[in-house]
Formats: sequence, structure tokens, C-alpha cells
Amino acid sequence: MIRRTDFLTKNYGVPNGWSLSVYEKTGGYEAAKKALAMTREAVVDEAKKANLRGRGGAGFPMGVKWSFMRPHPTKPAYLVINADEGEPGTHKDRTLMELNPHSVVEGCIIGCYGIGAHVAYIYVRDELHLSKARLWGAIDEARAKGYLGKTPFGKDYPVEIYVHTGAGAYICGEETALLNSLEGKRGEPRLKPPFPAQAGAFGCPTTVNNLETIAAVPTIFTIGGEEFSKYSSLHYLNDGGVRLFGINGHVKKPGVHELAVGVTIRELVEDIGGGVLGGRRILGVIPGGSSTPILRADEKVNAPDEKSPLHPWHGKSVLDVPLGVDTMRGIGTMLGTCCVTVLAEGTCPVLAMHNLMQFYRHESCGQCTPCREGGAWLLGTVEKILDGHGTMADLNTLTDVANNIMGNTICAFGEGTAMPALGFIGKFRKDFVAYINGERKRSDARLTIS
Amino acid sequence: MAFALSEERDRELRQLLERYPTKAAACIPLLHLCQDQAGYIGDEVIEFVAHRLDLPPAHVKGVVTFYSLFNQHPVGKHQVWVCRTLPCALRGAEDVIKQCEKKLGIHIGETTANGKVTLRTAECLASCGTAPMMQVDKEYFENLTHDRVDEILSRLMESKR
Ligand SMILES: Cc1cc2nc3c(=O)[nH]c(=O)nc-3n(C[C@H](O)[C@H](O)[C@H](O)COP(=O)(O)O)c2cc1C
Ligand code: FES
Repeated sequence: MIRRTDFLTKNYGVPNGWSLSVYEKTGGYEAAKKALAMTREAVVDEAKKANLRGRGGAGFPMGVKWSFMRPHPTKPAYLVINADEGEPGTHKDRTLMELNPHSVVEGCIIGCYGIGAHVAYIYVRDELHLSKARLWGAIDEARAKGYLGKTPFGKDYPVEIYVHTGAGAYICGEETALLNSLEGKRGEPRLKPPFPAQAGAFGCPTTVNNLETIAAVPTIFTIGGEEFSKYSSLHYLNDGGVRLFGINGHVKKPGVHELAVGVTIRELVEDIGGGVLGGRRILGVIPGGSSTPILRADEKVNAPDEKSPLHPWHGKSVLDVPLGVDTMRGIGTMLGTCCVTVLAEGTCPVLAMHNLMQFYRHESCGQCTPCREGGAWLLGTVEKILDGHGTMADLNTLTDVANNIMGNTICAFGEGTAMPALGFIGKFRKDFVAYINGERKRSDARLTIS
Repeated sequence: MAFALSEERDRELRQLLERYPTKAAACIPLLHLCQDQAGYIGDEVIEFVAHRLDLPPAHVKGVVTFYSLFNQHPVGKHQVWVCRTLPCALRGAEDVIKQCEKKLGIHIGETTANGKVTLRTAECLASCGTAPMMQVDKEYFENLTHDRVDEILSRLMESKR
């Protein structure tokens, strides 16, 4: 079901919509004022009620994550905001930074208070120069008003926010790699445990939240956690609220839209995205960034068990399942970042996989052998198949290599490489075989459609 | 020759150091400051950063080689990055890349003979909804068309800087 909202996006398109004056005209910073008058425990409880599933990709409940933070006798705590936005197909956080940076600043004030931190670092990938400038602008405006600094809104609870920048490395979106990068090191992920809540930034208790996650916090405190959650038709699955949905690839109207959770892929493509380019049919859809396995348009939901959360959609097309954390998991993929990439009929899935394997090969940090070597094998083998030199044994090699990456790496980058690979190989096997049999040639393969 | 930051950038460095509990945390932002000034990170910059942040030069070198935005060798005055990743590729990134190569007369990874422009591909730059796209220095250009790419590159080649 499509339900449009504009909590986060009402000032998108308004002249100077990113400024403090516009933000305050529509109730900006009232939520922070309210939250700082509550006890810390009450703030975390309210956050829990919102059922906000982390917007960075893993879908962990935000309030629960906040509740892991315990005061440390000697060490300070930190809030770290993940604005690395590097997952291919993801283009939502950037719009918030550029067009609604004060929601991020206000969210950070509430977040810091809720988890017991006095400093927040917003880690923005270096390429997003306008985003960084808008965030700094918002921070300066808020500080000038006394909303940041020693006594925000008159409360003796100092809060400072700094923007920190990366230098071009997708892996720095992984939260522990991000922490190493923040500390001035190579962005190599850390072994967990310890989790960031125990030993994060500078060895201190830390919460890492995605940028959209923290930007949604003021809305939660404006309308109330439960009210926020109830906007979602998946509220009953603890997947609450409203969020940004991205749509890109072969649709007529790509873009970013704020909608209540519960919209289906078909609605997103047909109604929000204006349908497929050239009036074509959908070949497949990548639901939330390149690490989430592709769905074929002709796949059906198989959930005969009445207890399954997917049962209501048993027998229906996967495109008619609402985009949610558990619903997408139930159909063998992931919601990820909730930015959908559409591939129209006529696109070559082997070439699409090849494109993505180039990405993963390039971005592996190289710490773990299965990921470093496996990524290269995957790319080399698809390349061989595309070039017409592949054999059926190579197809099995692809599956073997991907399966040997899964579960054998320090961080989830390994799964992020292997899962989409397995998705393409499993769901478009015939296309791979066509290259092996010489029925199809690389020179005829297309990613664009005319 | 030993490297030193300009006065203004040195002031920025001092501000940077106040933001973090450790000096080391300023490593990446400081490397950006240095690269903005020198164009690339040579051995003398590595020595400088190591010295200012009390880090072993090997640590700084390790950082420089990890991140793809740090240039280890001199590059052109202007940087053109075309996104090549799937969502952009679905909307014609390959054609943009070919057009850039042709117009600039160089291949991906190369710099024009007059030292003005370095052309590279980038991985997803968070503009998939406005694909295809390219970044020129610090600016994004989105929803590219053939004419638009032509215009952007012409302006760049003719620019005085
Ligand atoms: C390889 C990899 C890349 C990631 N990239 C990002 C990213 O760019 N932005 C982000 O918010 N989370 C990213 N994540 C997820 C983070 O590790 C982390 O789960 C998230 O920032 C937590 O915030 P949330 O709970 O609010 O979603 C990535 C994870 C992995 C494994
Ligand atoms: S794929 Fe080009 S910006 Fe995302």
C-alpha cells in the first residue's frame, strides 16, 4: 500500500530548505527540546517503541541498539553516524544531508543524550562535498543558537558534532572499518566481539547509526514512538514507521520518496517510478543495494506454513510482497538500504553480475583470503564465460567459490559479494549456459535498453 | 624539499586536532589538506604528516595506499570521475565513458598531454537515482546527456586554471 508522508522531505525543493529558519518554521528542534527534558531511560524507551529498523542495511532495531550502551566508569561514549553511502544502488542519505541537514543535527543531539555521549562524529564519504558543506552549515547555525555546545536548550548536557571524512573506500561503510578509518587507520574491519557498544571509537563505548536512522529520530519524538511505528503496515512485524525509498535503473522516473513502510516492489516500480522504460517488462529487481540478491519478476512466494510471516502472500509474485526487513529475508533476499534497482527485459544478467563483481573485486580490503582471492576468482570466471571460453565446470566453480566465501570472513562484505553472485547464477543459469554453449556473444550483450 | 602547509591550511589543521581525542584521528583529513595543496601525496608529504601527528611514516603510507582518493603520483589539474557501477551502467555510463575518452583523447586512468585533465572511473557515487553521472573536481554532474557531457568537457579544457 502506498502512503506518502513528508516528515523528512517537506522542505525538499523549498528555497533554502536546508537552513535553520526554514527548519524551525515547521517545528524544528522542538523534538530535541522535548527529549532533553526527559530522562535518558525514557528517551531510549521511546526510541524502542518506534520499531525503527536501522536504515544502513542490516535492519537492526535502533532503540535496542541504543539500550546496549552502558555508562563506563572512566571512558566517554561516542555517537558515530554512518554517511558513507557507498552501497551500489543507494542514493537516499545524500538527499537528507543536502536538503534536510538539520534533521541530522537534531537527531544527533537526541541520540547523544539517549546513549550518554557528548560527541557525535558524522562520517561522510569524501566525494559528497555538498553534503559535508550543508552539514557543517547546519552545525554552525545550531551552535550559534546555543542548540549545540555547553548547554543545549539550557540543559547542562554538552553536545558537539563534527563531520569527518573518508577517502574513497566502500568498505568504510562497514561499521568497524569506519571506526578504524575515523581513528586515522586503514579501513579494515575489526573482529566482533567486542561490539562497538563495548569498545568502539577510540576504544570507548560507541553507537553507530546510519544517517537516515538518526535523521528520523526527531520525527519519533515529535509524534511519539508508537505513532511513528503505526504508520507502517508491517508494524505488527516490528518494522515501523516511514522511510526513504529509492528507485533507480530502468524506470521512467528514478528518484527518492518518503513513504510509509509497507509499499511493494511493484507499487514502487509502477506507481512511484512511472513504470519500466520503453514499456518493457521487468527482468529482475535488486531490492536494496547490490549486496542484496536479485529477485526475478516471475518468482512466486512459497510459504504454505500459516505461521510464516510470508504466508499472507503465499502463491503471489515476489513483487507483491511489501518491502520490509523480515519479508525480504523471507523470500531469500534482503531489504538492505531500501533503494530498488530495476533491470528490464533485454538486459543481460551475466553482464550485470560481471559489473558488480568488478565492484567487489575493487573494494575488498584484502584482509581475509576467501574474500580477497574469491572476489578475483568470481570476476575472472564470469569474464571467461562472457568471452565464450567458459565450461560447465566454470559454472560450478562460481558456485563453489561463492559458497566458500560465505561465513569465512571477518565482516559481511564477504556475504555481500557471494550472495548476489549466487543469486545471479542460480536465477539466471540459462543465460550463463547460453554463453558456454556459444549461443550468445558478449558483443551482443547489453545493460542499457533503447 | 620539505613539505609545509600554507598558513591557512595550518590553521585548519589546528582546528582539526581539537576535534579528536587522539592526534592520529586527524590523519585522513590532514592528508586531504596536503593533497589539496600539493596535488598528490609524495614521500615528503608522508614525512610531514607523520611528523605532525607523531605517527610512524609506515602508518601514514599504509593509509595513503588504502584509500583510492589519495594520489600517489602527480595527476592532472582537474579530475574527472565517471561512475561505472551497475545502476549508472543501466542508464548509459558506458557511453559516457567512451565519449569522455574520445573527447579528451585519452584512456581511463590517463592524463591529457597538457596536464589539465585526468580521467578515471569511479564506483557508485550515491547518485544512482540521477544516473548517469560524473564528478568533476568537487562537483557532481547528474542526469548526463551527450550534449551535457560535451559542454562540461569543453568548458574544462578551455578553462584558464
Ligand atoms: C560492506 C559493508 C558496507 C556497508 N556500508 C554502509 C553504508 O555505506 N552506510 C551505512 O549506513 N551502513 C553501511 N553498512 C552497515 C553498517 O555496518 C552498520 O550496520 C550500520 O551503519 C548501522 O546503522 P543502522 O543500524 O542505523 O542501520 C555496511 C555494511 C557492510 C558489511
Ligand atoms: S551507480 Fe553510479 S552513482 Fe550509484
